[in-house]
Amino acid sequence: MARKLVVISAGLSVPSSTRMLADRISGGVQREVTARGEGLDVEVVELRGLAREIADHLVSGMPPSALRHALSAVSSADAVVAVTPVFTASYSGLFKSFIDLLDPDALTGKPVLVAATAGTPRHSLVLDHALRPLFTYLRAVVVPTGVFAATEDFGSNGGRDGEDGLDRRIARAASELGALLVSTSGSVPGFTAPAVDEVGKVDRISEDSLTPFEQLLGNQLR
Amino acid sequence: MQFGIFSVSDITTDPTTGRTPTEGERIQDLVKIALKAEEVGLDVFATGEHHNPPFFASSPTTFLGYIAAQTTTLQLSTATTLITTNDPVKIAEDYAMLQHLAGGRVDLMMGRGNTGPVYPWFGQDIRNGIALAVENYHLLRRLWREDVVDWEGKFRTPLQGFTSTPRPLDGVPPFVWHGSIRSPEIAEQAAYYGDGFFHNNIFWTMDHTARMVDLYRRRYEHYGHGRADQAIVGLGGQVFMAKNSQDAVKQFRPYFDVAPVYGHGPSLEEFTRATPLTVGSPQQVIERTLGFADAVGDYQRQMFLMDHAGLPVEVVLEQIEMLGSEVVPVLRKEFESRRPADVPSDPPTHASLIEAGDEHANAAMGPRSRVEAGSN
Repeated sequence: MARKLVVISAGLSVPSSTRMLADRISGGVQREVTARGEGLDVEVVELRGLAREIADHLVSGMPPSALRHALSAVSSADAVVAVTPVFTASYSGLFKSFIDLLDPDALTGKPVLVAATAGTPRHSLVLDHALRPLFTYLRAVVVPTGVFAATEDFGSNGGRDGEDGLDRRIARAASELGALLVSTSGSVPGFTAPAVDEVGKVDRISEDSLTPFEQLLGNQLR
Repeated sequence: MQFGIFSVSDITTDPTTGRTPTEGERIQDLVKIALKAEEVGLDVFATGEHHNPPFFASSPTTFLGYIAAQTTTLQLSTATTLITTNDPVKIAEDYAMLQHLAGGRVDLMMGRGNTGPVYPWFGQDIRNGIALAVENYHLLRRLWREDVVDWEGKFRTPLQGFTSTPRPLDGVPPFVWHGSIRSPEIAEQAAYYGDGFFHNNIFWTMDHTARMVDLYRRRYEHYGHGRADQAIVGLGGQVFMAKNSQDAVKQFRPYFDVAPVYGHGPSLEEFTRATPLTVGSPQQVIERTLGFADAVGDYQRQMFLMDHAGLPVEVVLEQIEMLGSEVVPVLRKEFESRRPADVPSDPPTHASLIEAGDEHANAAMGPRSRVEAGSN
């Protein structure tokens, strides 16, 4: 069965260098997985188109349907690539708001590749001081190599030069993620709240998950 | 079936005039709202309990006692009584006193409060929320059913040979509902004792509410109190009406758009589609409300939130008038026509509990025989 990769892209402009980086990374992961004899389905979640739904969910507690689909895609993915532009020395607010809406267990044990874009290479540590701790908190398995691309990496030769060129960094990160993807399944289905327009399609609350009331009462029962 | 009004007791600026009512005005307005409920033929009035601004209802029994003195048929209830931070001994005393003064027209709805900070104001810790609700309620139940109580628990000092006074009117404790939005433990608690389950329903999608009620119903049957479809269910809802629906939307939108609980997020149209909020004609309110029974089964109590979003009291009173004269009479008829004969129409009242005596779950401390339930 094909593995499922979900790419979260938080770029705001069209075309977006964040999305370009996201596509290059997912292409790299695709090659790594295929080379290991497995198939890979890639789904890209563009946060720009969900911006209003994200705000609505934050204030109302209810996910509109496109957002709900995106949240459950992340929950049910085998691995995630998360790419954000750097805004004011960290991930963007929109990116963080989306992550805030994930179920706390949505990424538990799941391989995640972190990546970021910025106008200057001086922001490169954002991967390690912002993105990595965020996903560690969510108990994701963050691959050792993160990919940071400054404007100069998208120069005339597309960053294809030298030992530490962008292509090399992408290939190394993709190889790490590909190896984890093929060896594990990080899929955690069913961790997303039902969408507002999916009435009646939701499973019942299982009685097996309940603590019997006598147990809750403990020594109150004589 | 019972229909009523419940209030969150918030003080909210009227966005169309910029005017904020004083606490004194809102307290007197809520008196008018409660009295109006009886005047237009509604059955129940319930007040919230909050201990921080912008809310004013910190003392429910004082308020309900004042209403009891000016009404004759209105059932007085709460939405909700904080079973976590109130001392169960004080709840037992206060509500038994209210029950005597109101001639038995009292029931209560237990809740855990909606904000963490309230816990330390009363010497508690939100991390114990569920455990407090379980221990405190079990003690409250004993205080009303046993004349002399010896008790020891985790959260308050032990009781030795303690008698809570006054004893419940006619020896029958008030009926209790448990309100919960998303905690299965509370649905389980209501089912265990054969108490009522109330879902406030107002900021949630109908299928979420239906899932919680479904769990409560199955567990009610499991604990031997009757069939799942006979369990005692109450729902909230909120409406704004005008003769024709465009006028309702036009009048309510400025309130909706900036209200602390609705505004700055989904549009009025999105919100009304997703939640039970209905803004439209009385006929639309009737159709929408009848639909609740399709989602949760035939139920016993429907409460409406009317004094919301900073609406002026004159408008709220008009809305209640319309609810009582045009909406509820139709709902009563339609809900009864779809209800099977052996599914109770009303929740237990003081009179019905006296009549049922020890046969009723309200008289017992816990579940009935499960074998009995299995043989049904």
